[in-house]
Formats: sequence, C-alpha cells, structure tokens
Amino acid sequence: MSDLETFRAETRAWLEENCPPEMRKPMTGEGDACWGGRNWTFQSEAQKVWLERMAAKGWTVPEWPVEYGGGGLSKEEAKVLRDEMKAIKARSPLMSFGIWMLGPALLKFGNEEQKKEHLPKIARGEIRWAQGYSEPNAGSDLASLMTKCEDQDDHYLINGQKVWTSYADEADWIFALVRTDFDAPKHEGISFVLVDMDQPGVTTKPIKLISGKSPFCETFFDDARCEKYNLVGEKNKGWTIAKYLLTHEREMIGGTGTGAMRPMGDIAVQQLGLNDAGQLCDPVLRTDVARAEIDGLAFMATMERVTDEAKSGQGVGANSSMLKYYGTELNKRRFELMMDSSGHDGLEWDQENDVARHWLRTKANSIEGGTSEVQLNIISKRILNLPTA
Amino acid sequence: MAMVLSEEAGMLKDAAKGFLADSAPVSQLRKLRDTESADGFDRDTWKAMAEMGWTSVLVPEAHGGVEMGHVAAGVIAEEMGRTLTASPFLSTAVMGATALTRFGSEAQKGEWLPRIAGGKAITALAVDEGRKHAPAHVETRAERSGNGFKLNGKKSFVADGHIADMLIVSARTAGGDAEEDGVSLFLVPQDAAGVTIERASMVDSRNSARVILDNVELNADAVLGDVDNGYKPLEAVLDAGRAGLSAEMSGSAQECLEQTVEYLKERKQFGEVIGTYQGLQHRAAHLYSEIELGKSIVLKTLQTLDLAPDHAAMMVSAAKSKMGSVAQLAAQEAIQMHGGIGMTDEYDIGFFIKRVRVAAALFGDTNYHTDKFARLRKY
Ligand SMILES: Cc1cc2nc3c(=O)[nH]c(=O)nc-3n(C[C@H](O)[C@H](O)[C@H](O)COP(=O)(O)OP(=O)(O)OC[C@H]3O[C@@H](n4cnc5c(N)ncnc54)[C@H](O)[C@@H]3O)c2cc1C
Repeated sequence: MSDLETFRAETRAWLEENCPPEMRKPMTGEGDACWGGRNWTFQSEAQKVWLERMAAKGWTVPEWPVEYGGGGLSKEEAKVLRDEMKAIKARSPLMSFGIWMLGPALLKFGNEEQKKEHLPKIARGEIRWAQGYSEPNAGSDLASLMTKCEDQDDHYLINGQKVWTSYADEADWIFALVRTDFDAPKHEGISFVLVDMDQPGVTTKPIKLISGKSPFCETFFDDARCEKYNLVGEKNKGWTIAKYLLTHEREMIGGTGTGAMRPMGDIAVQQLGLNDAGQLCDPVLRTDVARAEIDGLAFMATMERVTDEAKSGQGVGANSSMLKYYGTELNKRRFELMMDSSGHDGLEWDQENDVARHWLRTKANSIEGGTSEVQLNIISKRILNLPTA
Repeated sequence: MAMVLSEEAGMLKDAAKGFLADSAPVSQLRKLRDTESADGFDRDTWKAMAEMGWTSVLVPEAHGGVEMGHVAAGVIAEEMGRTLTASPFLSTAVMGATALTRFGSEAQKGEWLPRIAGGKAITALAVDEGRKHAPAHVETRAERSGNGFKLNGKKSFVADGHIADMLIVSARTAGGDAEEDGVSLFLVPQDAAGVTIERASMVDSRNSARVILDNVELNADAVLGDVDNGYKPLEAVLDAGRAGLSAEMSGSAQECLEQTVEYLKERKQFGEVIGTYQGLQHRAAHLYSEIELGKSIVLKTLQTLDLAPDHAAMMVSAAKSKMGSVAQLAAQEAIQMHGGIGMTDEYDIGFFIKRVRVAAALFGDTNYHTDKFARLRKY
C-alpha cells in the first residue's frame, strides 16, 4: 500500500470512531454551524466533542504546521481527509474567519510570536475573529479607508468606524485595516492590525439584513488600544497583506458555486415531480436547471484545474477573481431556481428549510469580499491586461 | 487525475500550435473557399499531419497507431479550432478510429485501422436524416438480402462525406422509426453501387454532404458490431466526435477572445483606446470566465473518455452544451467588439462565427445536449 493509501485507511478508521453520528447529518441551516470563540455555547455535546477531537489532531486546519496547531498534512493528504469526511457526510467541525482569512495571512506575513500566539487559538476555536475592512466611505474603493491609528510610543490608539463587519457582535478579536499615514498615497498609508475587542474602546451595533437576520454590524473604535506587537508586517505596508487575505476570502466565497448542497435537479424533482415522459413537470424550469447543473460541473472542474495549475506552477494568480465572480453568480442563479421550484411554499417567511431567507442571503455573495463588478475589473486588468484610462 | 496536461500532451500542443500556425492558418481555409477547392481540404497538410502521428492518435499500436488517447486528440482539435484548419481529422482520426477500434471485427480493424493511422483512408459518419440531430430517428432501411443486406435511404449533414473512402452508416434493421433498438451500423465503401454522394456548400466552407443509398448491396461482414444493437456503439462514436468538436470550439473561442482583446488595446475612439471602456472590459472579462469554464469541462470530458469511456455520456453532453454556447457567445462578442470591421469578409473573425455555428450544431446542438443531460440525470 502506498503511504497515501495507508493514510486513507487510517483516516477512515479514525473518522469512523471519532465523528459522532449527530455530526454526520446535513446541516439544516446556519444555526447548526460551530463558530467557537470565548462566548460560544455549543448546540450539543456532539458538536463540542467533534471540535475537540478534530482540534486535537490538528485537523480543523489540516495543512497548517503542527507547531501552530495544524495537522501538518500535505496537500494530497488534506484532500484525502476532505474526501473521507465527505464520504461520511461529516460536518465541518469549525467555521472561522481565522481559518479562512487571517490564518493564511499570518502564516505568510506574521512574525514568529504572532503565529505562536494567534494560530493555535484559531485552530482550537478558542478565539473568534471578525474582519474590519469596509467603512461607510470605503467599500469597493477599500484603500480610501480612514480609520485612524496613532502611534502612542508604547501602543497604538485607534479611532474610526467600520461597517458590514460580519459577526462582530460575537467576535473576540478583529483584524483591521487602519490608516497610519494620512499624507502618503492612499495605498501606502495603510497598516494591518490585530485588536482585542474586549475593551471599552470597541463597540458594535448589529444591522438587520433583508433576510431578517443580523449577522453583520457597525464597529466603532473610540480610543481603542492596540499593542505594538499586534501590528502585522511593516507599518504602512498593510495593503499587500490586505490583498493577499482577500484572495483567500474570494476563493472561499467563490466555493459556494460548487453547490456543496444537493444537486438542484434532485430538489426540483422532489418538489415538482415528473410527468408521464419522466421529465420535470415545469419544462422551462427543467432547461434552466439543466443549464445551471452543467455550469456547476464546469465550475467544479475549473476549481480543480485552477488548483492543479497552481500546484504545477502554471497558475494565473488573478483567477481567484474569476472563481469568485462566477461561483457567486452561479450560486445566486441556483437560489433563484430553488425559489422557482419551491413555488408558493417557498414564499412563506417561516418555514422548515428557510429557503426564502437563504435565497435573500445569496444576494450578498456577489457583494461581499469585493463585488462582481470589481472582480471583472481585476480580470480585465490583471488577466486580460486591458489598459486604464 | 490532475487537471493539467501531461508533459507529453503539452509537447504535442506546442508542436500542433507551431505547425498549424505555419502550415494551415485561417488563410488556408480562405483560399480553399475562394478557389472552390474540390476536396475542401489540403492534401499536403493532411499528409504532414499523418506523418506527425495525428491520424493515428486513437489507433492502437497493434494496428500501426500511437494510441495517445482522447486528451491528446482534443489538444490537436483545440489547436485546429484556433486556426480553423479544414481537415477530416475528427471524422477519421477521432470517430472512424473509435468506431473501428472499439467495435470492429478483427478483419475490419485489419483492413481500416492501418490505413486510417497512415492517413491513407478517410471515413465519415452518416447518421442524421432530418433537420435536427436525432440519432435514434433512423428511416434508412437495411433489409436482409441474400447473405447480406440491401440499404435504402438518405443521409444529410455528413461531415467530410464527399471525400470519404468509407462511410459508417446507421440503418434500421428492426423496430420503429425512432427506436434505439433495431439500429445497425454498416461500413459502406464510397464506391459501392447505389451510393450517391453530393457535396453541400456550407456556411463554414467546410465539407458536408448528402448521401443517397439506393439498393446498396452489402455483405454480412459490412456490419459494424451486432445487428440490431448498433445504437450504443453509435452513441460512443458520436460522443468521441462531440468531445473533439467541443475541444475544437474551445480553441476557436480562445482565439476569438485573444484577437478581440488585442483589438481593444489598439483601436482608439473618443481619444482613448477602447479597451479602457468598462462596458467593453466587463464583456471581455465575462467572456474570459465563460471560456475558462468551457476549457475545464472539455478537459474533464476528454479525461473521462480515456479513463471510463462507457460512463462518459453525461459529461460529453455537458461539455458539448456548454462549449457550444460559450463558443457562439465568443464569436458574437468578437464581432460586436470589433465594430464594422468585424463584419467584413476580409477580416478573419467572420470565419470563426461561421465555423462555430456549424460545429455547435454538428452531432447535437446546445439545446439537444442540455435536454439529453437532463434525461441522463433522470428529470
Ligand atoms: C453579507 C455581507 C457581509 C460582509 N462582511 C464584511 C466583513 O465581515 N468585513 C468587512 O470589512 N466587509 C464586509 N462586507 C462588506 C463588503 O466587502 C462591501 O459591501 C463590498 O466591498 C462593497 O462595498 P460597498 O457596499 O460600499 O458598495 P460600493 O462600493 O458602494 O458599490 C456599489 C455598487 O457600485 C459598484 N462599483 C463600485 N465601484 C465600481 C467600479 N470601480 N467599477 C464598477 N462598478 C463599481 C459595485 O460593484 C456595486 O454594484 C460584507 C458585505 C455583505 C453584503
């Protein structure tokens, strides 16, 4: 048996023994997800056990180095783990901006102390992170952000406001972009800082979304304190880190296009049934569903290809924008079809599977992490090399 | 299987790109059209392709081939799509070779495969009869006669029909007009008595023909595979061709985008290079994304044909459906973004929109394959 096959067999056995049965049922909604953090209350004993066991193996972050709480797995091994988890329908043990966004940025730009301090807590789900990028006047034009960060000799002092900060009211720490130089060109006066939100200078105010939920907030900094050792990378060089992190965020959001959920065709058949010819009762919907499924297959193949190309060094870096653009637009299409196929039942506000709220939530996919238009701008400039005026 | 080309396939791609750009660029197709070439393709180019092993890309080594597989065949087709090279590559080296390799008797293989591999024989698939692709709709009859069969019927949209040495013909030996059961495949020499092949002049200036079969007498050994059970093999041969056409369209779409992006960087209006206008940038960026998806599903499909040819039907339909619509979008956008010059015969872009229209229709258009995909998905 090859090493990888041995690893597969061991992984399968370990998962079989350690993944609680409750954690092998599909999530019914965002409420089933585990986000961790200081204030987290586990929904069940099974959720707690599952996180602890996975974290002990380092498998909440399989590819991170062992010394930072990771599993130290190779890309191939990590894929085996993913496949095996998928095979038993195991839930992800931990959802986390720390894992998806901050972690990769710290691994690349953080110093040793920062990695040692923050990464293991992310891996174990002990600290929950928020992303403090957007401001009321800095959305797509993120680099025009104005939150002020002043050097107070032994610490930094932060004043300003962030907005659309997802889950800020439940987060423990925030990674934020702040302006440290107001005279420099806009991209060259930005720094990347880590701020403990458990202080009087940081307050949050939830904002209600069209889906009726309030997963994002306004975040205010009033003389908030940030220790000097929590500046990541060099002062005024934060934009590079910001962009690197955005690439990871985009890949993560773009992944929604793979429809980890049930295939749309199966859902439509269940909801609307087949006619005597064995075809979906709504013939126009049938065509749209088939097109969306075909695009879904093509998108998944593209995710695979982009990953494999990156591995073999032939990749086009800005392709994360293409994946973000296409994946989110595709996911929106899927949910339009989901609403079509749910019919009148889907229009009820309170229902078992919350399809209307999910549908509304997907509208944010092509806004958060950089809008579709911004991704198209990036493709034009970085990939097609089209000129700017 | 990694979604990148192997080193071998990468080398083939570079070689194909170089050869086609030098020896068979779009200007060759233009010349074939303008000189009203009787063959509709360039025999010297075809000979050179055979010498490079392209015609034997799917032929087993035992029959003189190099058997590199469908990914390799797709690489060649894709590059041909960039230059719109006219040749019977798909009908012969992809579909003819697949038909004989997978379903031929030893005698049939021995007779045809070495000649296909050597570029000495051209084959064509005669399947369609009506206005739209419908491979199960077979009115052409094959009645038993003596110790063989007698064929009567008409076929149309037969790619490379008038230059073929041998036609692979679907004909009904049993069952009703639209039934899959009762279809049989026959190898019909072009010079058999009763065969009339009439070339059709096509919008893409490529070869297509109508075939009339009038009491064509064939021996029993002309049957490919089993009598009455020809539909499955027919679909397998079609799928090889559909995947190849998808690869070809992928090349054409990429070429349309690249030429358009170059033009956007040159042409000035309102005092600016038009590529600075966001209205055009976003159209180009969207097209880029669509083409990337098309490329991926085509590669995945070709890999599936190599690894599990009996389980490729759904992927093939997905690829043909997707790439057909993407390539047509690419050609249409290319013309629009070129403005008036894109409408001129002198400019090459027009050749692309014509070829892509035909390639998308051949062996089932986007609608056909979207419907077939849904049927295979059982909805
Ligand atoms: C659900 C949700 C969660 C979010 N979570 C977070 C978070 O946790 N942390 C955080 O920092 N931010 C978060 N965001 C904010 C998100 O990143 C911004 O909303 C996004 O970057 C767009 O900025 P904006 O809302 O100011 O829109 P604007 O930038 O004002 O855009 C308005 C419209 O103009 C278009 N537009 C703008 N500029 C251009 C241009 N140059 N060319 C063409 N079109 C253009 C946009 O595409 C859009 O259609 C979240 C947003 C949502 C919806």
